[in-house]
Amino acid sequence: MKKINRDFKVRDFHQAKWNEPIIFELHNPGHRGIEVPLASEALKKEAGDVYATIPQGMRRQKAPALPCVSQARVLRHFLRITQEVIGADLNVEIGQGTCTMKYSPKINERLARSPKMSELHPLQDERSVQGILEIMYKTDLLLREICGMDRVSFQPQSGSQALMTMASLIRAKVEHDGKGEQKDEIITTLFSHPSAAASAIVKGFKVRTVGPREDGYPDFEQLKALVNERTAGFICANPEDTGLYNGEIKKFTELVHSVGGYCAYDQANANGLFGITRARDAGFDMCFFNLHKSFSTPHGCGGPGTGAVGVSKDFADFLPAPVVDFDGEKYFLNDELPHSIGKVRVYQGTPQVVLKAYAWMRALGAEGLYEVAKIASLNNNYLYKRILELRGTSVPFDSGEQRVEQARYSFQKLFDETGVSTEDVQRRMCDFGLHYWTSHHPYVVPQPFTLEPTEFTSKEDIDEYADAIAQIVEEAYTNPEIVKSAPHNSSAHRNDESPFDDPKQWAISWRSYQKKFED
Amino acid sequence: MDHKFSHHPYIPNSDEAIKREMCDFVGISSVEELHRDVPDELRLHRSLDMPKAIRSEYELYRTVSGMLQKNETCEENINFLGSGCYQHYVPAICDEINSRAEILSAYAGEPYEDHGRFQLLFEYQSLMAELLDMEVVNVPAIDGAQAAATAIRMAERATGRKKAVVCENILPDKLAVIRNYCTPAMEIVVLPFERESGQFDLDSLKKLLGEDVAALYFETPSFLGTVAGNAREAAELCHACGALCIIGTDPAVLGVLEAPVNLGADIVCGDVQPLGMHMNYGGGQGGFIATMDDERLVREYPSRLFGITRTEVEGEYGFGDVYYDRTSFADREHGKEYVGTQAALWGITAGVYLSLMGPQGMQELGETMLYNARYAAKKLSCVGGVSVKYLDQCFVSEFVVDFSKTGKSVGEINDQLLSRQIFGGRDLGGLFPGMEGCALFCVTEVHTKDDIDALAGALCEILGKEGK
Repeated sequence: MKKINRDFKVRDFHQAKWNEPIIFELHNPGHRGIEVPLASEALKKEAGDVYATIPQGMRRQKAPALPCVSQARVLRHFLRITQEVIGADLNVEIGQGTCTMKYSPKINERLARSPKMSELHPLQDERSVQGILEIMYKTDLLLREICGMDRVSFQPQSGSQALMTMASLIRAKVEHDGKGEQKDEIITTLFSHPSAAASAIVKGFKVRTVGPREDGYPDFEQLKALVNERTAGFICANPEDTGLYNGEIKKFTELVHSVGGYCAYDQANANGLFGITRARDAGFDMCFFNLHKSFSTPHGCGGPGTGAVGVSKDFADFLPAPVVDFDGEKYFLNDELPHSIGKVRVYQGTPQVVLKAYAWMRALGAEGLYEVAKIASLNNNYLYKRILELRGTSVPFDSGEQRVEQARYSFQKLFDETGVSTEDVQRRMCDFGLHYWTSHHPYVVPQPFTLEPTEFTSKEDIDEYADAIAQIVEEAYTNPEIVKSAPHNSSAHRNDESPFDDPKQWAISWRSYQKKFED
Repeated sequence: MDHKFSHHPYIPNSDEAIKREMCDFVGISSVEELHRDVPDELRLHRSLDMPKAIRSEYELYRTVSGMLQKNETCEENINFLGSGCYQHYVPAICDEINSRAEILSAYAGEPYEDHGRFQLLFEYQSLMAELLDMEVVNVPAIDGAQAAATAIRMAERATGRKKAVVCENILPDKLAVIRNYCTPAMEIVVLPFERESGQFDLDSLKKLLGEDVAALYFETPSFLGTVAGNAREAAELCHACGALCIIGTDPAVLGVLEAPVNLGADIVCGDVQPLGMHMNYGGGQGGFIATMDDERLVREYPSRLFGITRTEVEGEYGFGDVYYDRTSFADREHGKEYVGTQAALWGITAGVYLSLMGPQGMQELGETMLYNARYAAKKLSCVGGVSVKYLDQCFVSEFVVDFSKTGKSVGEINDQLLSRQIFGGRDLGGLFPGMEGCALFCVTEVHTKDDIDALAGALCEILGKEGK
C-alpha cells in the first residue's frame, strides 16, 4: 500500500453519538442495580417493629418511581453519556476563557481519592486528621506568600461564593467600624465577573459599575465620580476578562481607601501573575483564588471547587470559622474568630480540592509558578497574534498592549461580512472536537469570544486551535451555510429552544415532560 | 531575575527553543518582556518563598501520601459521627463514573459539545424529582446549608416578605450559613425546640407566624434525628398566613419516610452527600432545592435548571437552560442571587446512585437504618447510667445519647472510645443549651451488629458498668 496521507489542517473528528434513552426508559421491574445490606434477623428481633415507631401519616405511601435497571446497564448508560461530553482532558481546552482550563494532574486526583482522604468525617477528633489539617495549613501558607495576605479561608466552594464571602466581610467590617448605615455601596467594573455585582446585591449593597475607557482599561475618572462616603468596597478583577492588566490599580485602591472603603480582588484571572505581582502590594485588603482554575484542580462539570479567600490581618478575625492553625506541635481547627461572619459553607470547605492544589504547587515550586505565569502569558500572546491575523476577527481596545493570560475577541466584522455569528462559530467548533465560549451576558463586546490557552497547551495545541478557527473563517466567507447549520459531527443537533422560556412547555424533569407531552 | 526552569511535564512550552520561536513570533526577545504593563512598584522583585519543586511524580506521591498517612479514617475505625455528613456505602459505579476524564475535566460547555453533561444533570434532576415526589429540581447548590439559605431567599422574593422563622433543631453550621446569607435583607427568627421532646411546639410557632413571614424552615428528620410528627399542622399554619413552608430533609430516608411535599412543603431542600458521595472531610456536600412546576417559584431559582427539548433531528433528545434570563450569568446584578461553580459532579453522582438503587434499594436502605439505629439505641440505653433521649419517638439513623448521669463528660468518653478505635457521637453540649452531657450518634447501613455491640461493650468498660 501507499503511505497513508495524514496531511490535514483540521482534525477529522466525530463525537460519540449513542442516542441513549433517558434512564427511566430503561426501567424493567425485574431488574436491580445494587443490593443493600439488610439487618440480620437477630438484630431485627431485638430492635422490634420499627415501622410501628413511625408517626401516623409519616411513612412513605407510594414508593418513589425510580427506574429498576441492571448494574451493567446502568454503567453502560452513564459511560455512553460521559462520552458525549468533551472535557479538558480530551480537547485542546483553550476556548473557555476566564475559566483557566488547565491540566489537572492525575496523580493529584489519585491522592485525593485515597481512603486516607475520602473516608474522613469532618467532625473527627483533630488528633485523627493531622494529615489533612497539615495540608490545609501549609496550603494557607503557600497562598499567603503568593498573594501577600495574612490569612486564608478555604470555606467558599467556588469563585462566586468567594465573591459573596468578600462582600460579607466588607459588610461585617463597615458595621464593625460603626458605618453600616452610611456605607451601602459596592463599586465593581464592567468586565469583572457577573457574581461580583450579583453577590454584592445578595449582601444588601447597591452596586455601582465602572466602565472601560476607550482603550479598555477601567476608567479612573468614572471611579472618582462614584467614590464617596457611601462607598463600602471596591471589587474587581485585574486583568479583567479583556486580559488587560490595569497598571494604575494602586491609584484605584488608594482612592477607595481614602473614603474608608475596602478593596477586594477577584483573582480568578491570576494564572498569568504568579510571582510577578501580588494582591496586597496593589493595596487590596482581600482577594480570592479559584483552586479549580489557577491551581489545577478539575472543574467537575461545575464543582465542587474552592474559592480560597485571603485577607489582611485587619480582616482575619472576620473570616468564616474555623480556620486551620498550628500551635507548634499539632494542627487544629480554630473557631476563635471574634468577629467572624459565621459560615458560608458547612464544616471546613472542600478539603480534597485543597489537597490537589497543594500537590500541584509542590510539583512546581516558586520557579515553576513563575514559569506558569510566563508561559501562560506567552501562549496567550502567541494565540492573540494568530487570531488577529485571521480575516473577520478583531479585538476591542487594540492599542498594541500585551494581554496577560486571556483575551476577549470579536467576530463582529465576520458577522457583518458573512452573517456568521459567534454562536454559529461556537457550534461549528464542536465539529473539530473543540470547545469555544462566547462571553458572559449581556455582551459588551459585540459577537464576542474569549480564549485562554494557559500553560499546559503546547505550541502545536495552540496551532491546532487557531487552525480550526481559521478553517471556520474560511468557510464563513466561502460556504457560510456549513457554519450556520452546525454542528454536524456532534452528539446532538440544534435544539428547538422554544420550550425553555415557556412555562407551559418547559420540562425540568422527566415526570414533567411526561405530564406535559402525553401521546 | 535569574530564572531557569524548563521541561516541566505540565508546561510543554517551557523548553528554551520553543520559547524562543514563540517569542520571535510575538515580537519580543524573551518572556521577561511580557507583563510590561505591571509597573515596577507593583512587581515582586524576588522569588516567592516556597519549598523547591518536587519534580518526579514518585517523590510527589511519597511526600503527599506520607502526610495523608497521619489520618485515621472511618474505614479503619468504627464511626458513629453523622450530623449532616453521613457514612454510607458508595457503590463502585458511582466512583467509576465521577472519575471519568470526560466529565471530571469538563466545566461549563454548551449543549452541543457537552450534550452529555446536560443529559446527566437532567437525569439527576429527574431522579431526585421522583425521590422527592416533586417536579423541579435544580442543578446542585453548594451544599444543603446554601440550599436552605437560597430556599429562604426564594420565599422572600416570591412573597415580598422579609422575615423567616427557622426551627432551632438544625445543624448549627447551617443556621450560621442562613444567617450570613440572609443578612441584612431578612430577619431570621429562631423557633426553639422543646428539650423534652426534641420537637418544636405548634403554639410557639403560631406566635411567630404572621403576615410579615415569608417562610418557615424546619427539618424532618431534624438535626437530633427526630421525625417532625407535626409537620402537616405546621405547613397548614404557614399557608394560613400566606407564608411558604420549606422543609429540609435527608434524601437517604425517603424510601421509608413520606416525601416532605406530601406533608405540605412548598420548597424541599437538603444535601445530596448521602447519595453516593464519600465524606471527604466535609468535601462531599452538595445542595438540592425542589419545588412543583409553579412558575411563581421556578422564576425565583438562582440556579441553573436544565430542560429537555426536541432537536432538528426526529427522535433525538436535546437539553438546554430553562429560563436562563433569571440568572446572574444573563443579567449580572439584576439576576436572582448569583450562580457559578457549585457541586455539579456530586449531582451527577447522585443520579448514578439513585439509578442503581431503584425504589427497592431506597426502601431497603431506609429499613436497614431504621433497624440498626433502633437496635443501637436500645443497646446503648442498657449501659448503666446511659439513656437515649426521645427513645419513644421515630428516628431513622441518628439519635441523642444522654451521658449526663454517668459521671463522665462526652469529651472524656469520646477520648476513651478513640483509643479503642471508635469515633463516638458529636458532643451537643455547647451547641444547644440544655443538652449538656448529650451526644448525637449516627448509625447507617454500613454498621453491623458487631460494630454496634463493640460500641456498647466499650461504653460498659469506660463507664465501669455492666450492660443491664
